[in-house]
Amino acid sequence: MTVQALLLLTSGLFCIGIYGLLSHRNAIAMLLSTELMINAVTINLVTFSQFSGGVTGQVFAIFTIALTVAEVVVGLAIVILLFRWRREIAVDSANDLRH
Amino acid sequence: MTEALPFFVLAALILLGAVRVVASRDLVRAVLWLGVVLVLTAVMFLMLGAPFLAGMQLLLYTGGVITLMLFGVMLTRRHHEMGVEIDNSRRLPAALGSAALFVAMASAIVRTELPVWSSPIPVPTVEIGRAILTDYLVAFEVLSILLLAAMIGAIVLGRQRDFDEAPEPLLEKEGRR
Repeated sequence: MTVQALLLLTSGLFCIGIYGLLSHRNAIAMLLSTELMINAVTINLVTFSQFSGGVTGQVFAIFTIALTVAEVVVGLAIVILLFRWRREIAVDSANDLRH
Repeated sequence: MTEALPFFVLAALILLGAVRVVASRDLVRAVLWLGVVLVLTAVMFLMLGAPFLAGMQLLLYTGGVITLMLFGVMLTRRHHEMGVEIDNSRRLPAALGSAALFVAMASAIVRTELPVWSSPIPVPTVEIGRAILTDYLVAFEVLSILLLAAMIGAIVLGRQRDFDEAPEPLLEKEGRR
């Protein structure tokens, strides 16, 4: 287990998340892809925390997890509101400001 | 090499699960695969010597986030659109772009001289607690305020009454156009 292997793993995870974010039109699927990307970042923080021997990275990882929970709560509330408005959650249908 | 074998198996499983998350047609399956990825990440935290974080990951993500996501999927789904396409029409550019980003990052990582460290030392939870309550106390308090704000925001957004008042003109306008 090396830092390099871990970084390769997390960058792979991050890029899969980016692919999911770019290729979906369903808002919940996009939220799931965001979760994947944040997960990759958290693994990276823990890796560098162990690598530098301190506790800072783990504290930041805890903050990241808590922020993710807040993001999911607000994001899902917005998605449910979007569903009540439009009866669907495809993000490209929510273009009222354009008209 | 042999002691690194569990790590590589775990990494392969995590990547496989992540691919299933973005490739699943059914959103419920995608959410469950995300749960698999998050649990495997908790195992990875254990291997990295972060048992407290592994516990946090299991409690908050698989306990909270996955449940919330499942509720979200089931609340926003109608029966006649079970087979509706959840992808947009730009799958190939998205795949090319993310693959290009991965190649760029991977080449930078491979070329950088990074130290090899063999066995991670577990960080005692006491250290984390002390760091949160001394060095990062302000950030910790701001975080609690943020969680409160997110909770209130979710309640305000989810209220039925506001919805009944606000979007009616919008729906009428849609009908006239």
